[in-house]
Amino acid sequence: MDVWQITAFTIVAALCATALLLAPGLFLAWVLARRRFPGRALLDTVVSLPLVMPPVATGLILLMLLAPRGPIGRLLEPYGMQIVFTWKAVVLAMAVMGLPLFVRAARAGIEQVDSRYEAVAATLGARPFRVFVAVTLPLAAPAVIAGAVLAFARALGEFGATIMIAGSIPGTRTLAVAIYSFSETGRDREAAALLLVSATIAFVALYASNRIATRSGMRA
Amino acid sequence: MIALAFTLTQGSFTLSIDERLTGRITALFGPSGAGKTTTLDAIAGLRTPASGTICIGHRVVFASATRVNVPPYDRHVGYVPQDVALFPHMNVRRNVLFGRRPGQRLELQTVVSMLEIADLLEREVRELSGGERQRVALARALMSSPELLLLDEPLAAVDLERRRRILPYVERVRDELGVPVIYVTHDAEDVRRFADAVIVLEAGRVTRDQEIKRD
Repeated sequence: MDVWQITAFTIVAALCATALLLAPGLFLAWVLARRRFPGRALLDTVVSLPLVMPPVATGLILLMLLAPRGPIGRLLEPYGMQIVFTWKAVVLAMAVMGLPLFVRAARAGIEQVDSRYEAVAATLGARPFRVFVAVTLPLAAPAVIAGAVLAFARALGEFGATIMIAGSIPGTRTLAVAIYSFSETGRDREAAALLLVSATIAFVALYASNRIATRSGMRA
Repeated sequence: MIALAFTLTQGSFTLSIDERLTGRITALFGPSGAGKTTTLDAIAGLRTPASGTICIGHRVVFASATRVNVPPYDRHVGYVPQDVALFPHMNVRRNVLFGRRPGQRLELQTVVSMLEIADLLEREVRELSGGERQRVALARALMSSPELLLLDEPLAAVDLERRRRILPYVERVRDELGVPVIYVTHDAEDVRRFADAVIVLEAGRVTRDQEIKRD
């Protein structure tokens, strides 16, 4: 039975998705926490949109963008890069769905960093990037790590967006998608086994995230 | 020479200053809310005035007319804020070395012995007393080779006895390094003790400025 293969694929894809969303997520979190500019409220809303939109709808947007005739897919096609219905689509769907959770947590962490530290670092000759890496990020680290774990946990359970742009075919089948497929086709034992696996992983990830958040809360 | 001529507004508060500082230690004196910290922030580049100019030595670091606004990391101004703001996630050594610039003239050893912090270098910030924090913050500011040192009530957080112990260090910085100092205080005794000049600020305006004769 391919329970372990599905589990391994899901975990690896969720790890890739978390790695993929870190850099843009940190940038967005920093911009929203520390910069004042026109369109900030709009950006804030757009970033959070996947939290409240039906995941299937988010998946449809991604599908329309990335399909071979879509605005982004068309740019990638000459390079032979196909995203939809491959493992890359799974990673992308997970990253998009995990991003808002990460940005919210990281942003809250950055907002809690006393901006006096950043100001002093700047007077000591540190340019904005160094201020962020050497001062802001270490001080916000607990929230950033908790956010990453949360995004990872969310990625593990991703279903709606994944099924839209990656389908349910061998090679792109994640835990959530496989549970649905097995259950649909009456393979209840496999579905139950995957259910157990996915509940265990989710529990561990969430527990870890909460522990990190609590510990940092006590230190602050 | 430091030349300040600017206006800065913050909500309903307006700070307006037009002064040339020629002293080695200039005290910025006045009640809280007078605009003392805001003045330091403007000099350091942390707040942008609405109009005017700020010159440090021969460098124009802010000029609204020609749209010059040098960012804080290029101003070469050492700033010790009121809460000293030592980086809590670094030990003393890393704090002190944070602002070291390549090819700078000042050796770590010089600053460490001048401020007597050799024994503190490997300690964590949370293990330091108030007076030790002040000295470490001063060392950190000096290691960035500043052309001007801004001290925001460096002695406000410490009691009278500690204050007597820290003052000599600031005087050493003045005498041994020749870095001009702007020193914010609301204590007249501090002004008498070691300022060469005093600027009195009240509600965002200079109400008095004078040089202080020293023996």
